[in-house]
Amino acid sequence: MRAEYPASIRIVRVPCTGKVDIVFILKTLESGVDGIYIVGCEEGNCHFMVGNIRARKRIVKAKKILETIGLEPERIEMFNLSAGDGVKFVNIAKEMTERILKLGPSSIPRNAVIMEDIEEAI
Amino acid sequence: MMIDVIINGKKIKAEEGLTILQVAIKSGITIPTLCYHPVLEAQGACRLCTVKIVQGKRDRFVTSCNFPITDGLEVFTETGDVMMARKTIIELLLARCPDVEILRGLAEKYGIKEPRFKIGNDRCILCGLCVRVCEERIGRSAITMIDRGMDMKVGTPFKIHADACIACGACISVCPTDAIKIEDITGRRPMPIPSEFNEGLNSRHPIYLPYPQAVPNTPAIDRNYCVYLNSGQCKMCQDVCEAGAIDYTQVDEVVEIEVGSIILAPGFDTFDPKMKSEFGYGNIQNVITSLEFERILSASGPFSGEIMRPSDKKHPRKVAWIQCVGSRDISCNRDYCSSVCCMYATKEAVIAKEHDGNIEPTIFFMDIRAFGKGFDTYYERAISQYGVRYVRSMVSGLYERPANRNVIVAYINEEGKKTEEEFDMVVLSVGIGPSKKGIDLCGRLGIELNRHNFCKTTTFEPLTTSREGIFLSGSFQTPKDIPETVTQGSGAAAYAGSIISSARGELIEEQSYPDEKDTSAEEVRIGVFVCHCGINIAGVVDVKAVRDYAKTLPGVAYADNCLYTCSQDNQKKMIGLIEEHNLNRVVTAACSPRTHEPLFRETIREAGLNKYLYEMANIRDQCSWVHMNEKGKATEKAKDLVRMAVANARLLAPLQEITLEVNHSALVIGGGNAGMTAALKLGDMGYDVTLIEKESELGGNLRHVFYTIHGDDVQAYLEDLIRKTESHPRVTVIKNAEIDNVEGYKGNFTTSLIVGAGLRSVKIEHGIAIVATGADEARPAEYLYGENSSVLTQMELEKMIMGDVTAVKAMKEIVMIQCVGSRNEERPYCSRICCSHAVKNALKLKEINPAMKIYVLYRDIRTYGLYEEYYTKAREKGVIFIRYDLSEKPVVSMKDGRLTVSAADPVLKTRFDFRPDLLILSSAVIPKENEIMAGLLKINRSEDNFYLEAHMKLRPVDFSTEGVFVAGMAHLPKLIEETISQSAAAAARAAIILSKDKLVAESVIARVNPELCAVCLTCVRACPFGVPVINEESTAEINPVLCQGCGTCVSECPGKAIVLQHYRDEQILAKSKNSIGVN
Repeated sequence: MRAEYPASIRIVRVPCTGKVDIVFILKTLESGVDGIYIVGCEEGNCHFMVGNIRARKRIVKAKKILETIGLEPERIEMFNLSAGDGVKFVNIAKEMTERILKLGPSSIPRNAVIMEDIEEAI
Repeated sequence: MMIDVIINGKKIKAEEGLTILQVAIKSGITIPTLCYHPVLEAQGACRLCTVKIVQGKRDRFVTSCNFPITDGLEVFTETGDVMMARKTIIELLLARCPDVEILRGLAEKYGIKEPRFKIGNDRCILCGLCVRVCEERIGRSAITMIDRGMDMKVGTPFKIHADACIACGACISVCPTDAIKIEDITGRRPMPIPSEFNEGLNSRHPIYLPYPQAVPNTPAIDRNYCVYLNSGQCKMCQDVCEAGAIDYTQVDEVVEIEVGSIILAPGFDTFDPKMKSEFGYGNIQNVITSLEFERILSASGPFSGEIMRPSDKKHPRKVAWIQCVGSRDISCNRDYCSSVCCMYATKEAVIAKEHDGNIEPTIFFMDIRAFGKGFDTYYERAISQYGVRYVRSMVSGLYERPANRNVIVAYINEEGKKTEEEFDMVVLSVGIGPSKKGIDLCGRLGIELNRHNFCKTTTFEPLTTSREGIFLSGSFQTPKDIPETVTQGSGAAAYAGSIISSARGELIEEQSYPDEKDTSAEEVRIGVFVCHCGINIAGVVDVKAVRDYAKTLPGVAYADNCLYTCSQDNQKKMIGLIEEHNLNRVVTAACSPRTHEPLFRETIREAGLNKYLYEMANIRDQCSWVHMNEKGKATEKAKDLVRMAVANARLLAPLQEITLEVNHSALVIGGGNAGMTAALKLGDMGYDVTLIEKESELGGNLRHVFYTIHGDDVQAYLEDLIRKTESHPRVTVIKNAEIDNVEGYKGNFTTSLIVGAGLRSVKIEHGIAIVATGADEARPAEYLYGENSSVLTQMELEKMIMGDVTAVKAMKEIVMIQCVGSRNEERPYCSRICCSHAVKNALKLKEINPAMKIYVLYRDIRTYGLYEEYYTKAREKGVIFIRYDLSEKPVVSMKDGRLTVSAADPVLKTRFDFRPDLLILSSAVIPKENEIMAGLLKINRSEDNFYLEAHMKLRPVDFSTEGVFVAGMAHLPKLIEETISQSAAAAARAAIILSKDKLVAESVIARVNPELCAVCLTCVRACPFGVPVINEESTAEINPVLCQGCGTCVSECPGKAIVLQHYRDEQILAKSKNSIGVN
């Protein structure tokens, strides 16, 4: 359908949202990204049975961590979406972009970790 | 000849004869245009593409669209004076046409607030595209520029309707400002082509993609509407397609294929509601069919999922569904039930409510037939959670209220009163019938149809047509829903496969590859291929800038552009480049891995690289397609995606696929109808089968069934089935067998049995298992069952009829109670078979003694599909059906020493007292004690304790535990013919594994590092498939063959002892951290 959505979003493909670790979210925020959202299958329709439900629980946990360290928990969110629902995808992209614009840049400076550092860290 | 031009200081090589604009487009330089079209003669009419050229010492402004390049020509497209000139042009155009959106957009971009010139009110900018397309492409010259000077406009000769116009609409399609009014040109009206996919709710082009999921996913030309194929003119698509994919010479071909068996699956057509004129379909705009509503609900539908009514595109509040339109209706020759409408209407009502909370759905129905798995719970939830209102009624007609286009539903309510209610929109739940194409096909093939024109089949051969070697599946047999259809599809495959099993595998060709290079010691050398995809990507993203950027990234040894990366010649080129540059990782910045990853993996494998050393950046779907109006941002994003892909590519590791031997024999658990049918089908397909039965004889429930509703002799069938099973050379039957233990996994199971009174221990090795353990008729706990000998279950009645027919004949009055132990709090599910069971026995009793009074107390009669005719027949024979509500169940007592049944009739608001000779209870079908088996085989059960399939709709006979399948009543109560279809389906699904010499395990799997494992069991609990186990060395172990690769265990493991190959944590982190640039 090629519906336009804000160009501020970069997609990282994972096999299942069940693979999304809290560490990914925190480390990615650490590199200066202003917001992250996880998009999984509709609940009850996970290709891997329960991955999205586990992911949702982790997002709740990650939000608490953000709160503890003084970062707005709204910077991260979990959404559920069926693969055929492009309209909802666009709405989510717009909603998150608006939300992050309202929050402004994250208090973690952009590029706190540069590419070379990442490789060393690995 | 190639010559040099310099655009904005950059030297570009280009073919002589091109215009400046053409060179700029090819080089990704944007010059705004309004009157340019790639396949029409350039005219320089709008002047917007003005650029500055320098020839020698002189510079001047020219229109780039029609100025040919010369060697050494210097061009400036965005200098201050060029921008100034363009600004004035836009200002002039905007003054003439102040309301044209495209001009307003340009004005904003060039900083024009209000034009300084006199404001007009035209829409036409006199670009002449319409005139050119009509003359050059359509060859009609129906329109031209008429009048002169200030009065010049687009019009027809003599300003009258042009005979030459064919109303093709080409002028409308090229007009940049929507200025063309076809009624000014011709009296003919262009007819929109209704979109078949969207049920005609919107229109489509003559060249179109039939639907978003079409396979192959390429557009097709509709020969009925293509201007070229009808008039020899146009050919615009051919010139515009850079891939040269348009071929007008293609014609239908007759292809002959030699086959050993055929499966018919011609499907259904929905009922045409125009045949029931009382519903006003076609006259009342806000009366639509359920399929149309389905499209309205769909995100890819005509209104993008927004619920609007057709007449005024307003959001409806009150929406009604009328059930049984073209079903259960003798007046239109469709005296059968369409089986699916009750549930789809309920689903549509629920989804409508989810999309728009203001909607108040009402469903007008006769009986709710929620007989499938989990359907009754869904129906109850629709009422309690979504507030769907169900009105038991007979709808007599629909009328339109002209003032507000609302629809009035006139109906007779349960009290028999005529009632009217107004709705914003009405959905007709149209029934389904055999497809016309299927009927024609069967005519040609000489295949017998039944009186409804569905394919004629029998109870015991539900998938076999009247012609040998031809089988069928799906709704062309009887109306059925998705799970039933999928099941029959697999079942038909078992039939078709078994008669040609001796030829299996003959047509397989094995692909050979060069040896894989060991790149482990090499430094990372990544090749990046940035795709233009014609203009799909290059039209928006500056692909050359992306390529140049890729060259700067660490690890990249080579980067270049490709016009079409996926084209065959480019694949060859890539293989050469991989070798030439010693590349050991490949990244394509192109389209989606969903469609193209397998192709590119194959390509690099052909170049000797491990196929996992490949990564994709999707700069088409994620950049050019979705940010087409933000070219700069799209290019920046494309660079980011390439950086992310390259970061991941640096970390890619070669992966080896694990192969595993397969045991080609099967274990079937349960010797009833399901088990024997599955075993025979597997045996016929050439696999050895062990069939185990707990009891001392085969047959299961079928031993207690004597006749079917159609009058078939069940015992004769059973005898034959047992004989065939016991004498089949590939089937071994073990009776009196209990399973003690199951070890192993798909392809290699070992099951220990305890057999016979001597408790002999037997070990069986098998590749798959089919669970066909059946279900039981419940012993009722109410209605004096067990206390009074005149209270029997349906199965007991059947036995009595077969045993003592004279006693039965003497009976004067029999009462049957439906839903005994079903659809209540304890067992919320519908037992599915009891309605037809009761009707079957009632008809049998009427046959024995036509004077016998038979009363059936029911909640909803669920004689779905073609069983409906027997319900009709029963009423014709005088069987009386009386409804009761769950809140007021019949009361059974002993009065004056006689059995008394007292029932409250909610329709007549009165109580009936019966003194029957027999009270027959249609008792629930209940699952066996399935806990132990579920534990042994690691298979799931539903809340009702029946076995739970991997996916309710799409994998109805598979368990989520691979290599184990389900058939028969162990899955869900079902009728004999349904059990046979499903058992054949289980055999066909099992054969997919059994037919393989080796199983290849996915490489994207989780692996445990034993050194880090703390044996905390987190992974064991987290895995949705029960794969991780603790091995003898006391660490977690994940069987690579069974792992599904979701990575859930990896994220849960507190010790980070598990790695998901190909998606290692460091890879995902590298990608996500690289999502923002270093600047």
